[in-house]
Amino acid sequence: MSTVLENLVNRPYKHGFVTPIEAETAPKGLNEDIIRLISSKKKEPEWMLEFRLNAYRHWLTMEEPAWPNVKYPKIDFQNIIYFSAPKPKKLKSMDEVDPELLRTFEKLGVPMNERAALAGVAVDVIFDSVSVATTYKERLAEVGIIFCSISEAVREHPDLVRKYLGTVVPPGDNFYASLNTAVFTDGSFCFIPKGVKCPMDLSTYFRINTAESGQFERTLIIAEEGASVSYLEGCTAPQFDSNQLHAAVVELVALDGAEIKYSTVQNWYAGDESGRGGIYNFVTKRGLCKGANSKISWTQVETGSAITWKYPSCVLLGENSIGEFYSVALTNHMQQADTGTKMTHIGRNTRSRIVSKGISAGKSNNSYRGLVKIGPKAENARNYSQCDSMLIGAKSGANTFPYIQVHNNSAKVEHEATTSKIGEDQLFYFASRGIGPEEAISMIINGFCRDVFQQLPMEFAVEATKLLGLKLEGSVG
Amino acid sequence: MIRDGAKVLLEVRGLRVKVGGVEICKGMDLTVRAGEIHAIMGPNGSGKSTFAKALVGHPAYEAVAGSVVYEGKDLFAMEPEERARAGLFLGFQYPVEIPGVSNSAFLRLAYNTQQAARGADELDPLEFDDYVRAKMKLLDIDPGFLDRSVNDGFSGGEKKRNEILQMALLEPRLAVLDETDSGLDIDALRVVAGGVNGLLTPENAVVLVTHYQRLLNYIIPDYVHVMDGGRILRTGGKELALELESRGYDWIKAAA
Repeated sequence: MSTVLENLVNRPYKHGFVTPIEAETAPKGLNEDIIRLISSKKKEPEWMLEFRLNAYRHWLTMEEPAWPNVKYPKIDFQNIIYFSAPKPKKLKSMDEVDPELLRTFEKLGVPMNERAALAGVAVDVIFDSVSVATTYKERLAEVGIIFCSISEAVREHPDLVRKYLGTVVPPGDNFYASLNTAVFTDGSFCFIPKGVKCPMDLSTYFRINTAESGQFERTLIIAEEGASVSYLEGCTAPQFDSNQLHAAVVELVALDGAEIKYSTVQNWYAGDESGRGGIYNFVTKRGLCKGANSKISWTQVETGSAITWKYPSCVLLGENSIGEFYSVALTNHMQQADTGTKMTHIGRNTRSRIVSKGISAGKSNNSYRGLVKIGPKAENARNYSQCDSMLIGAKSGANTFPYIQVHNNSAKVEHEATTSKIGEDQLFYFASRGIGPEEAISMIINGFCRDVFQQLPMEFAVEATKLLGLKLEGSVG
Repeated sequence: MIRDGAKVLLEVRGLRVKVGGVEICKGMDLTVRAGEIHAIMGPNGSGKSTFAKALVGHPAYEAVAGSVVYEGKDLFAMEPEERARAGLFLGFQYPVEIPGVSNSAFLRLAYNTQQAARGADELDPLEFDDYVRAKMKLLDIDPGFLDRSVNDGFSGGEKKRNEILQMALLEPRLAVLDETDSGLDIDALRVVAGGVNGLLTPENAVVLVTHYQRLLNYIIPDYVHVMDGGRILRTGGKELALELESRGYDWIKAAA
């Protein structure tokens, strides 16, 4: 059992299959013509094309960030396919969806059709950049909620999109966000009008399918005064041998008294045991608590990707607004994660809470990077941060990089951090009661992550628990 | 209680155990039959705890020679968790803290694992809650234990009570208690004794590793073994413990 801690993580990726669907694919590379192609394929208005081109021109002047604590070969942005879509079909019902696609969802365990209805989840399915089916749209429309693909929103609700798109993550925000703004092919749009509580959790399942197709999703969620919504994002990807770039942008806007809860379970392909072929995940997620008494809560369970670079953040502009970040990041084998959050307190009496749980196994490296910034006008701002790391085996690494900037004397900022290790003595204690190492680790991990899992919607929490167990199987044995 | 023809549960022959490359147990022989209580005594460093840990398969304790047969099977061919499922139990001298894991969930998983190994019914959380609370009441253990993490922040005495609770729940065939009595006040000692006496049937057996005769006022052993230098030097009845109490260990060493 002395090697017990070495091997619990070696299980082949469960969702490693490719669905043979005919894709309409643009040539590799990026230039203004490709952007025009994307825009015209999407039948976008002129202002949208200009928006993209401006971002692209800005991107050309930018440098890829070098500060994250991750290492990877330089990405050749001209060797990426920026547009790939299943052949367009008019779908009137779910019966018309490509059966091959449905089987794919079946394999992934995505609750669609009746399963979606039973689960009470409306699924806006993203399949390689284009929304194939949007369910429940009508039921949501009855209460005035718009839930559709971002492309459709650009065409059908241009005023809303134009009013909010790029207001939280500006086109020039960072290297990957600018790239995304130039070439995003799809994503979700969600609008909850004044006073409406969304009657169900809204859910999008992402899945990368075509080899070497970059994925540039764009999500925009707006909750008007007094509105509330819980949004679920789940990811899984098939096994490929070449690295895949994923650079999504998610923008959330909460007006007075609005509440947005955004939950993610991320399980992109992480590469094989030597780290080949995994997804590069460079994501910009940010929420703006624009109105007074608004609240934005991010919950993420990050288990996949070769590289994760992701900082779901909150800008607390409105008085008494609240930002929350609950995160579990698990890395194994050669995975690298540099993830955390930024809480920017601008308004008075704003509060934020950060609970981050990092788990490192194998030879992986897991970094928490967080910024808490209290602006000069943020009277009585409060922040509480808790960053816990857990190491499995002797070759994994964990780092915590907390940045705290306080420009107002009335602020109260607390930071707590712990590092623990699953020790052989703990595993032996379980064993002496008849409990094997895999079950023991699963139990310890679930205990470690409980504060975060409690924030997830029930079914997601169950899924996340299973996922972590699956990810760590074989890491001890 | 010693009975003629009682089934042999444990047969240790010529056992040598190394820890960190150093041989601590240097040829142990011991036979435990169903229904018996054995006390293993001896000064610090005599190899008592090493023997106990080697039995249950702690990875740092390597058996380098000799044999241990448990219920007719080669014990060292079994993984630690298999030994536990086969009814071997160790009460730890220093129970391990497992922060974040709820004690009630841990106890239930351990219990259900044992039940499954015996082909018996597993209990759901509600059923288990009733079951465990009844046991706790019987043993006079604070039900607040259930809401805490496994041994996390427990006092020394609370940890030992938690060990006894686990023993009572798992109903082992052979329980080895490694200095479970050390550092306990009189009340906790009664809990330990109550747990052991409540466990014992003609089908199972208990091995108590202890420094002191004190515990043996509450649990009457059938055999007392005195260890030193990694071996059992002398075996006697319960009166041997009293003799040790008054005379110390040196006279045994001198005699051997």
